[in-house]
Amino acid sequence: MNAAAPIVLESRQLLKQFGGITATDHVDFTLREGARHALIGPNGAGKTTFVNLLSGVLTPTSGSIFLGGRDITKWSARRRAHAGLARTFQINQLFADLTPVETLMLTIAERENAAWSWFRPVGARTDFVDEAVELLTTLGIADIAHLRVGELAYGKQRLLEIAVALAQKPKVLLLDEPAAGVPEHEREQILDVVAALPSSVALILIEHDMHLVFRFAKSISVLVNGAIFVEGAPDEIANDPRVRQVYLGEEVVHV
Amino acid sequence: MLTILFDGVAYGMLLFILAVGLCVTLGLMNFINLAHGAFAMAGGYLTITLMQRAGVPFLLCLPAAFIFSAFLGLILERTLYRHLYDKTHLDQVLFSIGLVFMAMAMVDYAYGANQQIVDLPSYLTGRLNFLGASIGVYRLFVIVICGLLALGLQLILTRTRFGSRLRAAVDDGRVARGMGIDVTSIFAVTFAVGSGLAGLGGALGTGIISFDPTFPLKYMIYFLIVISVGGTTTITGPFLASILLGVADVLGKYYVPAVGGFIIYTIMVLVLILRPQGLFARGPAR
Amino acid sequence: MTDQTISTKPSPEAIAARSVLLGRARWGWPEIAFWAIAVALYFLMPTKLMLLSEIAILGLLALSIDLVLGFAGIVTLGQGAFFGIGAYTAGLLARYGMGEAPWSDPLLGLLISGGVAAALGFVTSFLVLRGSDLTRLMVTLGVALIVEELVNQMKWLTGGSDGLQGVMPSAVMGVWEFDLYGKTAYVYSLTVLFVLFVIARRIVKSPFGLSLLAIKGNPLRTRAIGMPVNGRLVLIYTIAAFYAGVAGGLVAQTTQFASPDYVAFHRSADALLMLVFGGAGHLYGGLIGSVIFRVMQDVLGNITPQYWQFWLGMMLVLLVLFIRGGIIGLLMKMRGRIMRNRGPSA
Repeated sequence: MNAAAPIVLESRQLLKQFGGITATDHVDFTLREGARHALIGPNGAGKTTFVNLLSGVLTPTSGSIFLGGRDITKWSARRRAHAGLARTFQINQLFADLTPVETLMLTIAERENAAWSWFRPVGARTDFVDEAVELLTTLGIADIAHLRVGELAYGKQRLLEIAVALAQKPKVLLLDEPAAGVPEHEREQILDVVAALPSSVALILIEHDMHLVFRFAKSISVLVNGAIFVEGAPDEIANDPRVRQVYLGEEVVHV
Repeated sequence: MLTILFDGVAYGMLLFILAVGLCVTLGLMNFINLAHGAFAMAGGYLTITLMQRAGVPFLLCLPAAFIFSAFLGLILERTLYRHLYDKTHLDQVLFSIGLVFMAMAMVDYAYGANQQIVDLPSYLTGRLNFLGASIGVYRLFVIVICGLLALGLQLILTRTRFGSRLRAAVDDGRVARGMGIDVTSIFAVTFAVGSGLAGLGGALGTGIISFDPTFPLKYMIYFLIVISVGGTTTITGPFLASILLGVADVLGKYYVPAVGGFIIYTIMVLVLILRPQGLFARGPAR
Repeated sequence: MTDQTISTKPSPEAIAARSVLLGRARWGWPEIAFWAIAVALYFLMPTKLMLLSEIAILGLLALSIDLVLGFAGIVTLGQGAFFGIGAYTAGLLARYGMGEAPWSDPLLGLLISGGVAAALGFVTSFLVLRGSDLTRLMVTLGVALIVEELVNQMKWLTGGSDGLQGVMPSAVMGVWEFDLYGKTAYVYSLTVLFVLFVIARRIVKSPFGLSLLAIKGNPLRTRAIGMPVNGRLVLIYTIAAFYAGVAGGLVAQTTQFASPDYVAFHRSADALLMLVFGGAGHLYGGLIGSVIFRVMQDVLGNITPQYWQFWLGMMLVLLVLFIRGGIIGLLMKMRGRIMRNRGPSA
């Protein structure tokens, strides 16, 4: 990690409680520009809750979140998205009745504050069409541009899930298990997409798949019971006996 | 004043018996049965028919109405309703409105659009003086019957095995299924009993409210108010809501006839917005 | 075609996508045929023009529900409130305008009717932003009941349950007087319907329309991509209220009458049924549904009114159990099957 790069996303003493259960436990977290950071931890460690807090789907019980130095704790998910925070979801959250190209055009229009436009057909914004098609081509799914999203194969939907977040041109991108449930032969496609992300984007990757984590991550946080258990470079984490213990019974950590 | 209050309580008790089945089925299967009032109408018209055409005594008509509507509910649940549990709320609404229309048309065809009146037996018609208030014997009768029923329902729900299973199924149907509780048959039984109670309420109602074919639509709105105010997680919620609505309705019609309905609907909308889980419900909305 | 400056040369895929997307906004022959038939009916059925005019108005009301339900996914049982408000607004304007321009001018009356309904729609839209289908259903119904109650109680203004008498709109554009046969009524109603339809069609094919479909499909993701979901819902609800208000205004002007019946529950329910019969989410569903609904009502209702209600209920039950998606859904399924038999083609 380049310690000199400016901090883009930060959480301070972030706490989330559901009833009596603490899902996120006073988490201090910093993400620097261009980071490739993985968030790992056993099932139920509170990874997705943390992402939901960062992206504004959930409101924290206490603590604060900063994006580019601004306190965004009280901001809606919508406002955070406009400020350059994008995410994907562990379970696909797509628009079943739209086509991929429409989905991306809508996302682009939202980004450009052009989606209030109500009189001209979608296709009239040729710049949006071109950008959407280009993105689909980059991700290798231009062939399905005009099919209903609800009818796409799971792997293609997974790629579109990432494409939507990319179309937001984010400064910070949260990928929540991007390859989860994707069949082996379509996995490579998703890995390539993640590898090709521009270096200007700071990336948080939540993953169970350790191959994926050690292939991309330059730094790793291990989350256990909602709290940051240990942080460090991949080789430190891989050789940390405590981490091995946490993962005992789960997949053994390899580099 | 006391007389009116008393009338209101009687009316509220009646509303509770009419609506309680709907609250439980909504809570249990998340199913909006707008045709619930049709089962009440069935009980009411059965009573009218038995009394006017066959000379059956009023007190016998009450259990008959319960059995008839319960049976009707059971048949419809097994044949039609069960296909709709996994459909959208809109589909459920359209379907049950369809049933309401059919029921209304059939009653209209058989009995005409006139309001039906029942001659209550003489021992139920007089008035009593109580603390200076004049109280209708029939209203007292309704309060006693409905009060006993409400008490009985509460006991069944809290004290019996069936009750605890039912509550488990309402709280979380999936978990209940996982624990080996037969949610499907619990629902069928509950639906039938709920319909039966509505039928009984209809039969009791013949002495208080006038029956005509528009009954299911008119009372659908009252039922919805009871649900929205009382919630669907308990039966004490709907009970309190019914009493409140009954008293408010009678008081409103008596003192401020011009704005009575207006106030009630406004309260309903406000409750829906501010406390979507119901005014008297425990815990957060799901 | 475009006012955008294109810096780089678009790829062949992009050019193909442009034509696909623009093609979707183009008018197809079934659409043109539909409106051609609507015009032809003026000449083919000169004795039924009042009925046709009523169908056009009901179609407009159903169209307004389609905008909120079929596109934005808001379940409503209260569109009758806006219809009724529109009817009384236009009725009162025409009555107290005493046949004199400008206040009894029909077109101005429609604009004001729609505007008043839209104002009510805007205010009440904040009540339907949240909540389950059931909550929305009861809230919209509750609002409609409040309006109905108001109309019934404000006898000095609305005429109470007797309805509003003496509605005398002046001639349309100062030229065409409303006649007993409904000639002016039909042409007027159909023209207004067509103009509003074209606008609705542009709305749903626009980025704004796309965002509504997205909200209906997945509100969670729409927020995550930075969409102001509440704002979009408020806008479409307000627009739909405007449409319903104009429909109400049309009915008051063409029948020269307004009654509490227009705000009654069954008015909202009927309009919803028409939409569901036709198929929600296609704009034409409400129009086709209103034709079928009204024609059946006329045919069956002439035998006995009770039978009509029975068959209506029966159709609803069957529709929910067997043909979801309504008539348009059925047609599209059939077309899909034919296309598949012809072999795979995009």
